[in-house]
Amino acid sequence: MIYHPHLRISSAWAFLAPALLLIAVFFFLPIFAALLLSFTDFDIYALGDLDRLRFIGFSNYLQLLQSPLFWTALGNTFYFVIVGGPLSVAVSLGAALLVNAPLTRFPGFFRAAFFLPVVTTLVAVAVVWRYLYHPRYGLLNYLLSLAGVDPIDWLGDPDWAMPAIILMAVWKNFGFNMIIFIAGLQNIPTQLYEAARIDGAGAWRQFRYITLPLLGPTFLFVALMTMIGYFQVFAEPYVMTQGGPANRTLSVVLLMYEEGFRWWNMGYASAVAFVLFALILAGTLLQLKLRQREPS
Amino acid sequence: MSRLSLLLFVTLWLIGCGSAVDRPVVVEFWAMGQEGEQVKALLPGFERRYPDIRVRVQQIPWSAAHEKLLTAYAGDAMPDLFQLGNTWIPEFVALRAVAPLDERLKTWPDAALADYFPGILATNRLDNQTWALPWYVDTRLFFYRTDLLAEVGFNEPPATWDDWLQAMARLKTLSGAERYAILLPINEWQLPVILALQHGADLLRDRNQYGHFQDPRFREAFTFYLSLFDEGLAPPVSHSQMTNIYQEFANGAFAVYVSGPWNIGEFGRRLPVAMQGKWITAALPGASLAGGASLALSRTSPRQEAAWKLLEYLAQPEQQARFYQLTGDLPARQSAWSAPVLASNRYAQAFRQQLQQVQPTPPIPEWERIANRIAYYAELAVRQEMSVDEALTALDRDVDQILEKRRWLLEQGLTP
Repeated sequence: MIYHPHLRISSAWAFLAPALLLIAVFFFLPIFAALLLSFTDFDIYALGDLDRLRFIGFSNYLQLLQSPLFWTALGNTFYFVIVGGPLSVAVSLGAALLVNAPLTRFPGFFRAAFFLPVVTTLVAVAVVWRYLYHPRYGLLNYLLSLAGVDPIDWLGDPDWAMPAIILMAVWKNFGFNMIIFIAGLQNIPTQLYEAARIDGAGAWRQFRYITLPLLGPTFLFVALMTMIGYFQVFAEPYVMTQGGPANRTLSVVLLMYEEGFRWWNMGYASAVAFVLFALILAGTLLQLKLRQREPS
Repeated sequence: MSRLSLLLFVTLWLIGCGSAVDRPVVVEFWAMGQEGEQVKALLPGFERRYPDIRVRVQQIPWSAAHEKLLTAYAGDAMPDLFQLGNTWIPEFVALRAVAPLDERLKTWPDAALADYFPGILATNRLDNQTWALPWYVDTRLFFYRTDLLAEVGFNEPPATWDDWLQAMARLKTLSGAERYAILLPINEWQLPVILALQHGADLLRDRNQYGHFQDPRFREAFTFYLSLFDEGLAPPVSHSQMTNIYQEFANGAFAVYVSGPWNIGEFGRRLPVAMQGKWITAALPGASLAGGASLALSRTSPRQEAAWKLLEYLAQPEQQARFYQLTGDLPARQSAWSAPVLASNRYAQAFRQQLQQVQPTPPIPEWERIANRIAYYAELAVRQEMSVDEALTALDRDVDQILEKRRWLLEQGLTP
């Protein structure tokens, strides 16, 4: 039988068509529509009557860049990403090392226990954490009082609200990355450690020269996914503080949600979404670049 | 064809015809929170009176109600009859989502419309047209501890702000742990706006096209509001920090609270038994907000006739009184207040008095956003992160920006 490359390609298209069509209709089309929306002032007036819609070019983007609220939200989001991201990765790695250590008993139990917060509903978690954070009756302040620390108004004090949210988010999410790290750790051949031990390397040097370099790809994946996820932080402040106190926990996605679905400024909200997209893209490219420059 | 199958055919045909004639009209009715739950108890009476109408109630949580209605409008899936907060009416009128009611109201006797609290009914009218009818009413006034007020020499509720200030200053000096006189959650816009209305401020100017917050009347009200915090009468805390206001109220952490009618029930349920009889409500010295929820018909509904019948039924004073009994929501019609259940509620009387003196907020779709900005800058000023001047300048700037579209529409001669 004669081999026809174009036949193969056309039948591949035929098989791919349903999936591609779905992606086009439910993914690319809405993105394109949102991009168009971001150049209009689509609001409830326009929703009622399209004659009241204006194409306003880049005005939404300009207005966004001039809005102190957007910069506040961006600052808060960066705070969350820069403090929460590395913290989350470090905690996950620490937990993975502990769970994976040969001396640990019942690793399966700890793996499940640490993973539990990931699969728990955020709203339920938030209710419990709000009790933990309660300035007067909360467990956290009680423990601090035993150490002689004055009570902290975790969710009400503008300076403490973001750390409180980060703490909860890290606790809620570290289990997921931990599992990925454990998988990465188990892929490292044990001979390497044995060889290192024979050469007289201690625990720290084994970690530094074997574990860390060989976890490189896992690290990159975890760091990227965490960064992307943390840039999109929404549910934690939405349930815990609604962006307060004094907008100190307002994130970019929360701002987008408020503008879009609370005030129905779809044009402006779409512009927020695209600015966030650009930021995440830039962050991802930057991380990939940094990785490539590192000597392997 | 056998005789049996012929008989069967004829029977089926008759049944088919019968159901086509008798199939009832199903009215889709959306109501929020506990209203959506409790209103079901009123419906059997309605369905007995109109056997050809069936009502399907969908209950929507308050927190999602506004979004859900807007999404339903965008998706062309509006219910036939729906509840909406009366501050949303301008927005739904701008959307062309609600049907005008004046034509239908012509069949009503004049006395029926006059039976509504005038200030509340006014919020349902826009551009000389009635767009919705009030279902229940809401306003803000004082809840206070009678025992503590008596301790500082006030056996009757103070009648003026000066008297209240005096009482609160004395409350502050009572012995006991950390103590405040009044609780005003700093992330609320209601009290700053109430005070502004009492000072005669108009909030917006030029046909509601610009903010008017640097106006001396607003500034005076705003400064007075801030002074309650500066003098230590009110603690600078937000709602989320007060996880249990009932417990704090019972502890005497504060003795006065400005709140709405839902708290009559909550205070009754949540305060300790020993505290019952030691609290009461009192009207504000001056106007308060004309709040509440209304019922409106969807403009595009093909079942407007049936939905209107349901609206009329729910507007009857007897149904209003029953609804109060079910929910604790205060009736919008004054004649329903003479029902024994309500007339005997001592906590409700101050509301009746206050409802004679209520004022609407500016009737424009942007109002909720503006109110949100007022709360935001009031909070910053309370926290002393901004001076009064800075806060009011920023507020005017933000509000002018929010109203840009409205100005453009008016300029173009389009109706906003």
